[in-house]
Amino acid sequence: MLKYIIRRLIQSIPTLLGITILSYLLMSLAPGGPARALTFGNQRVPPQEVARLEARLGLSDPFIIQYLRWLTGDDWMRWDSDGDGVSDGSFLIPLDADSDGVPEPPGTRRGIIRGDFGQSFFERRDVMRIIGERVPATLELGAASLLVGLIIGLPIGIVAAVRKGGAFDNFTRIMAVVFNALPVFWLGLILILVFGVLLKNATGGPFLPMGGRCPTTLTGCPPLHQRLHFLILPTFVLATGGIAGYSRYMRASMLDVINQDYIRTARSKGLTERNVWFKHGARNALIPLATFLGPSITGLLSGAAITETIFSWPGLGRTAVSAVTQQDYPVVMAVVIIAAIATVIGYILSDILYALIDPRIRFS
Amino acid sequence: MATAATPVANLEVVEEKRTSESLFRQALRRLRRDRLTLVAMFVLFIIGMLSVLAPNIQAALGVSYTRTNVTAAFLPPCIPFLGVGPAECDPRHILGTDDLGRDHLVRLLYGGRISLSIALAAAIISIVIGVGLGMVTGYFGGIVDDFVVWLITTLNSIPSLFLLLIVSAVIITNPNFSGTFLSGPFALVLILGFLGWTGTARLVRGETLSIREREYILGARAMGASSGRIMLIHILPNLISVVVITLALDIGSLILVEAGLSFLGLGVKAPEPSWGNMLSQAQTYFNKGPHLVVFPGLFIFLTVLCLYVIGDGIRDAFDPTQKD
Repeated sequence: MLKYIIRRLIQSIPTLLGITILSYLLMSLAPGGPARALTFGNQRVPPQEVARLEARLGLSDPFIIQYLRWLTGDDWMRWDSDGDGVSDGSFLIPLDADSDGVPEPPGTRRGIIRGDFGQSFFERRDVMRIIGERVPATLELGAASLLVGLIIGLPIGIVAAVRKGGAFDNFTRIMAVVFNALPVFWLGLILILVFGVLLKNATGGPFLPMGGRCPTTLTGCPPLHQRLHFLILPTFVLATGGIAGYSRYMRASMLDVINQDYIRTARSKGLTERNVWFKHGARNALIPLATFLGPSITGLLSGAAITETIFSWPGLGRTAVSAVTQQDYPVVMAVVIIAAIATVIGYILSDILYALIDPRIRFS
Repeated sequence: MATAATPVANLEVVEEKRTSESLFRQALRRLRRDRLTLVAMFVLFIIGMLSVLAPNIQAALGVSYTRTNVTAAFLPPCIPFLGVGPAECDPRHILGTDDLGRDHLVRLLYGGRISLSIALAAAIISIVIGVGLGMVTGYFGGIVDDFVVWLITTLNSIPSLFLLLIVSAVIITNPNFSGTFLSGPFALVLILGFLGWTGTARLVRGETLSIREREYILGARAMGASSGRIMLIHILPNLISVVVITLALDIGSLILVEAGLSFLGLGVKAPEPSWGNMLSQAQTYFNKGPHLVVFPGLFIFLTVLCLYVIGDGIRDAFDPTQKD
């Protein structure tokens, strides 16, 4: 098993490298970049000065060096070994990049593989800190949606398979297509319109909160169980895709399983239909669902960008959207790369889970 | 003596009248009986025609999708003979007006032109790339195949909307490009088209891998057919059903993606209407004009639903295991 896990981890390295290369390529197309950020977009800074700044920042280095610097940091490219504050050694990059006779200061960046995504252009602080503040909200919403999707989707799939061809089966089949075709943002808006504007609670306020993650108080965010009503609408909106997907998948998986020999054996032993379907059928039908974890994470993160924006949910998705609008590239890069890494990890986890449940996978 | 000639029975074989039916013809016959798919096609056709005829409808109603008129803002929908709307409403504004007094229906139809053409064009681009790359890599294999598979895996591991966000951050919202073709709907077509091919490519590659091993390909090769000829004459026709199904499903999901991006302000920009950006403006006017929230989404939903139903219908029609 360990061998399989290691092999699977090694297989993901090219993908992870690809993600960083692709993102860096895209970001290098962005206007201005760091030099513009440092001069605050000031047009009156003379071009020679900008060129000098660019040389000093390493922006005139070959692309591959710039990429390496961004990926792995530059503290090993230019260093100060005697501690006098003046760098005295360099590797891959010149000691005096802007050729003014003074060596550049030693590198301080640790690179994204050591979690250094630089500073936000807009908020002027570490990108990782901003991300760190937003991750819990997204995890909360994502986990809730995954759970709701499974809790609603799986039973629907099982029942649809048991009553194959019946009214419930046809109804859920139609619902699955409808849920897939529903634009999530529209569903969100309609739900806000119904539960936030049209329906009122006893005190005349909105029936459910129209957005946000916590009530507006000065005492900070209360624990989860006191603000569950904030989760209801966004969770449901984000879970629609999952409900549709899981129910269809579970139905197909159940129908696969139910034609197996061991089900016939179970029936011939005289087990009740209920036991056959739920003890022997459903449990085995759940196995292929393990492969769904990876794609689910992609779906949830993509959906989160829109859902979080509609419901003012302070998570990664909304951060990415507003960073794009503000042209805050370090933040955009960080969110995209972290989302991609989460996806890759999700795929690895679902493969491992699958191999754990079904030993045949390990050896193929 | 007459030997009774055993009458050789008229062994005329009563040949069954059986014209061989091509897979395509068979599929068409099945489609004609699939009522749900036909209804979806009809609804989609109506939406498409209304969008194409938007200028004529605008002229016929005597309204405008661009002219603002603040005194006539937030008019409710008005269809007198159906009893929709207040007693004294303006029947020219069938679906009412928006926050600036522009006619909502005509804006929706113009938005439909944009949304539908972006999705259609992007789907065609992504299918051409997907089928081309999938067929070439599946057929030749080797290092190009490894590279394309790596590219697909990489692109697929970035959540699609985030990938679109970073690309539109660099291209669409880039001030250096503003005013050029790279800031408008055309850029959106290119972005969606060039990022959306991975699914098709993977599908086509898989199909090609299996078709490549069949005997008739070997036969063609033995007769001296070139690789290009084999791909075009012997493999491509086998992919037609995959292509048609993917086209329908792709246009559907691209409409959703475009609407999502425009909703976030990263796709089609106002004042140019698209179904997505009309919704993002409507969010502000829940109380004054709830109809502005309902209809753009309804158009997106109906169109995508029809496309998905059509895609499924075509899939069933082409499925050789399906019984008649």
